[in-house]
This record gives sequence, structure tokens and C-alpha cells, in this order.
Amino acid sequence: MTAQSHSGHFVDIRNASKVFATPEGKSFKALDDLSLHVSDNEFVTLLGPSGCGKTTLLRTLSGLETLDQGEIRIDGREMAGIPPHRRPVNTVFQSYALFPHLTVDGNVGYSLDVSGVKRTERNRRIADALELVGLSGMGRRKPRQLSGGQQQRVALARAIIGNPKLLLLDEPLAALDRGLRQTMQIELKNIQNELGISFVFVTHDQEEALTMSDRIVVMNGGRIVQIGTPSEVYDHPHSEFVARFVGESNLFAGSLAQIGDGLVELTTGHGETIRLRQDADAPAGEQATALIRPERLYLHDGDEPGDASEWGRLSATLRQSVFLGTDYQLICDLPGGRSLKAFVRDTGRDSVSRLERGAPVTFRYPVSAPVLVDTETGP
Amino acid sequence: MRLPLPGRRNIHLSILLGPATLFLAVFFITPLAIMAVYSFLEPGLYGGVVWHFDHLNYGRILGWAEGEVEQFDPVYIEVFLRSVRLALTTVAICLLICYPAAFWVSRLPAKWKNFCIFLITLPFFASLVVRLFAWILILRPTGFLNTLLMYLGVINEPLDMMFTEGAVIVGLAYIFLPFMFLPVYASIEKLDMSYIEASSDLGGNRFQTFWRIVLPLTLPGIVGGSIIVFIPSLGNFVVPELLGGAHVYMIGNMIEQQFLYARNWPFGAALAMMVMATVLFFLLIYAVSLARSEAEGMVRG
Repeated sequence: MTAQSHSGHFVDIRNASKVFATPEGKSFKALDDLSLHVSDNEFVTLLGPSGCGKTTLLRTLSGLETLDQGEIRIDGREMAGIPPHRRPVNTVFQSYALFPHLTVDGNVGYSLDVSGVKRTERNRRIADALELVGLSGMGRRKPRQLSGGQQQRVALARAIIGNPKLLLLDEPLAALDRGLRQTMQIELKNIQNELGISFVFVTHDQEEALTMSDRIVVMNGGRIVQIGTPSEVYDHPHSEFVARFVGESNLFAGSLAQIGDGLVELTTGHGETIRLRQDADAPAGEQATALIRPERLYLHDGDEPGDASEWGRLSATLRQSVFLGTDYQLICDLPGGRSLKAFVRDTGRDSVSRLERGAPVTFRYPVSAPVLVDTETGP
Repeated sequence: MRLPLPGRRNIHLSILLGPATLFLAVFFITPLAIMAVYSFLEPGLYGGVVWHFDHLNYGRILGWAEGEVEQFDPVYIEVFLRSVRLALTTVAICLLICYPAAFWVSRLPAKWKNFCIFLITLPFFASLVVRLFAWILILRPTGFLNTLLMYLGVINEPLDMMFTEGAVIVGLAYIFLPFMFLPVYASIEKLDMSYIEASSDLGGNRFQTFWRIVLPLTLPGIVGGSIIVFIPSLGNFVVPELLGGAHVYMIGNMIEQQFLYARNWPFGAALAMMVMATVLFFLLIYAVSLARSEAEGMVRG
């Protein structure tokens, strides 16, 4: 369908580096020898805290920033020296950047107007694009007469009308309220399927990343710390950073010991023990960090279902119980003083709500639930 | 007892706006009204006016005065048109100089920006007349520019630069440059760079981005600057007096002459009314075109 680069990827970023000078006269590595590829029709999300380089990476793809080192190929073409207006790429900006003096039609049709598309075709394509984003009949309004969500749709229509091969989205949903954001997440994903083009989506919202992406690229300090499908990144984070950044986490650092049957036990400095299944050999005494997601903890009510050796236990004292609707969020104190977070479902509406502050609570978890992650060095 | 909120707001408004309204009413509207009335009266023998209605002051300018004393003379229209032409040229030159400069300054780091703004306003610290005399020293036959050009061998004999339209335009542009720079700068400064990036991202080249995005969005500053340069340029009499001499006579000089030397106050007032009518005419064109483009924007793309 499209000409592929020699590496077989639609977008190919190799050893990209970019250094900015800070106002204090220091230098800041926004991109640090970063390599990434994006396939045809793939929805890739760049996820990371602010300053991790995700927006810079996006802007080097659109051509609004240039790389200090490394190369970017889009559709097999080297992008160095090609200005933004000649790249097969369009962007939905975080602030939308809708031209305030033009109408919705003028904004959406801008890329057609600058490339001299005939009037009848222009108007037809504007109508199509507005219909795709659900704004038919709004063409005569000015951007300031639209709600935030409508403006967002105009920005989207404007970016896709020129049939880009790659659409870049820079936190486009950040300014919308929660309900609208969730609707737009699904719509964006649908539009991407319909258009059949690659999306590179930047966000610092892990929920957004998990909902929409084919692959998530977790970034920190100008580097990629993990690439994977949403479930890979969520269930098997490589590092403490990813575990903390994507989803809620309980982390336990300690030393490992074999206890047979493919099980290992991790003992923390505070005396808690975490039992987990580990197929690979873990040498006894090795330092490691285990992650248990809060929703993998269950309230222990006496007897485990099935084999007792398939479960581990944690005892704690209840500090706070918050009703979230679907779940209760229980915040507990472990004996060593650290806190433990659990999401517990209380379908009968009796077991959790009866628990009082200061009550002893025992949780159980399947031994498959804890995963080992790389221990963070430094802060 | 406390007044309800709208009533209190009205009191606050009248306290805040009262002094300015009063000042303008007394020192702006009243003299203007006096001038408007005087322009329809007969001149007194030694200045002042005779309270007798007379429309021939306008007839002298526009062509229906056939009386023995009040002759129509096309020179007034000529001077008037020349003044409009010189003022428009001044506006164009100020704009051509200020627009790129304002763009450049707006992209500087904050401390340099402020320094540049300070430099732009620096001429206000010296007297206008002194600064214009400096231009005489530069432009006259034995002045700086001629000496330099002759030293360099570009010319053999001094150019006649003094007392030309060119000299007047240079002087006017020089004086009113800051008035153009500040509003243009203000509109460029607040221009969001993301619009330029978006245009470029959507396939607009530099020229298209400028023509379709940057220019329309900075138009308020351009129009504002043009108006406040055009108005004082049109009525200016100091610059043509010093740099134009008897050769480049502007409407301002004519008004000055009628009031101070010819002692014909009503005719001077009529000339002044013509200046004001011209300014209002240009403002009206602007207001109408603004309203039309707004309306068009609402109706079609």
C-alpha cells in the first residue's frame, strides 16, 4: 500500500538526540539516543511525565524541531531538511491552535486552500471531514463560538482533511472534562481505524494511554524505558518507574529465597513476605522489588478457594476506606509502617462497609499476581 | 443602608469615568464646537470673528466662491491632496520599517525586548525641534550626508535634499516611527506562535502563512498604528516648516498661517474642519470594512 522503508516500518526513528539550552545556561537532554519505529495503521502512545521528551519527539516528527543527531524516516523518506509544510504529517495541537479569524470551514479547509484545491472539491471534503467528527452544519461558526469539545473536533478535522499518512496528537484531550474525554478516546480510536493511518499520541495520562493504544512507549528523561502493548506495560512493567507511572502500585523491596514448586518468597526489611511464582531461577539472597497491583488483593475471609499454596497473604491495619463506586479503595498500614493500597469489590455491600478504622485486615493474592521489577537506582 | 449591587456599580462607574468625561467635554468638545461654528462666520478685521453666517469659507476651498473677496483657488485643494499623499507615504514608510523590526524585537529574550522598547521611546526625551534641526544638519547641501557621499565619490556636487517632499517625509516618518512601532509590536507580541506552527504543519509555506495567518491576526495593530501616524502627519506644520520651507507647503502650515498671519480665523477653521472630515472619512472606511468582514465571516467561509 505505502512504500516501506528498508527496515519495513512506516516511521523509523534512529538514535535521535536533541539538547535544549535552559534559561539558566545549562543544557537539557530532551531526547537521548532514542530509537523507535511505528508500523502502518498503528496507534502508538508516547507516555511519560512532563519534561520526558515526548512532545519534543512529536515535534521532530512534524518538523517543528530538528534533531541534533540521528535520523527520522517517514514512509521510507529521510526527513532531515524537509520543512513541516512538505511532510506527509499533520498535528492536532494541545491548544488546538485554531485560527481565530477564520470560520470552522476556513480552519478545516486551510490545508486545501494553501494547496489550491478546487472550490467544489474543497467544500465537499470539508463537509466530509466535519461529518466524520460529528460537526456537520457548524461550518460558519468562528472557533470562539464553539465549546472545548467542538474545538477539539475542528482541530481533528483540520488535521485529517489533507489525508496525512501520519497523524500526531499532542495531548489533545487534556483540556476536556472527564466524561467528554472518555467519549473522545473511543471516537479517536474509531476514526483511526476508519482512516487506516498511523497515530502517534502524546499524553501524560496513563488511563488514556491504556484505553487507546496498540502500543505504549513509556518515556523518562529523553529515553524510552519500556515499549509494549497496554497489558504488557500494565501487567509486566520492567521498572519501578513504569510500575508507579502506569496504574496504582504496591512495591516491596527485599531479598529473594526459593521455597520450591517454582515459588519464591521475597522478604522485605520490615518483615513482610511476598510469595510469587517465578519460573526462571532466582538466586537466593538476591535483592529485588515486587509489584502487586491494588486490584489483585482480595479480602481474606477464612478459606482460600482451591489450593492454599496458590495464595499469598498480607496482614495490615485499616487506615482509610473510600467508596469509589465500583470498588472500595482501602488504604492500610503494614506492620512495618508502610502503606498498602487495595481495590476491593464489595458486591454484597456488607463486608467492607462494616470494617472500621484501625481494624486488622488480612488480604490474599494469587501467587501469579506479584511481578518482579527492576529496582530503581537513585531518586 | 446599602444600595443594591447594580446601583452601586453605576456610582462606581460614574466616579471612575466622571473626571475624564468632564475633561474631554470642556477641553475637547467645546473648542471643537467653537471651531465648527467659527468656520461658518465672517472674519473680523484684526482676527476674531463677525457673527454673521457665511458658507464661502468652504466655497473658497471647494469651488463655489465667486465673490469679490472670497475667491475660489484650486491651490487649497492641491495643498490638501499633497498633505494626504505625504501623510499616507509616511504611514507606509513607518509600517515598512516597524513591522519587521517589531517581529524581530518580539522574538528577543525578555530583557533585550525591554531594552529595545526603551530605545524606541528614547527620542521622546529630546525636544522635537532640536531633533528636526539635527535632520537639517544631515540633509543640507554642506551637511553630513552630502559630505559623506562626496567624500566617497558617489556624487560630485551636493544633492538638493533640503526643502523637498523627500525631506518632509523623512522628517515625518522619523517623528512618528514610535507611534507606529508600539501598537504593531503589541499585536505581534501577543501573536501565538502556535498559529504559525499550525499553518506550517498544514502545508502553508512562509508566504502563505504570512498572508493568511500572520497579517490578518496583526491587522488591528497595523490599523491602529496607521491611524495614529496618519492623523498627526496630516495636520503637521512643524516638519514642513523646517524641512520643507516654502516648497513643501502642507495643510497644517496653511491653517497656521490663516490664524497667526492672515488673521482669517473662520477660513482657518474651515481648513481645519476639512482635515477632520478627511480623518473621519478614513476612519469610517475602516469601520465599514471591519463590520463587513465580520459579517462575511459569519455568513460564509
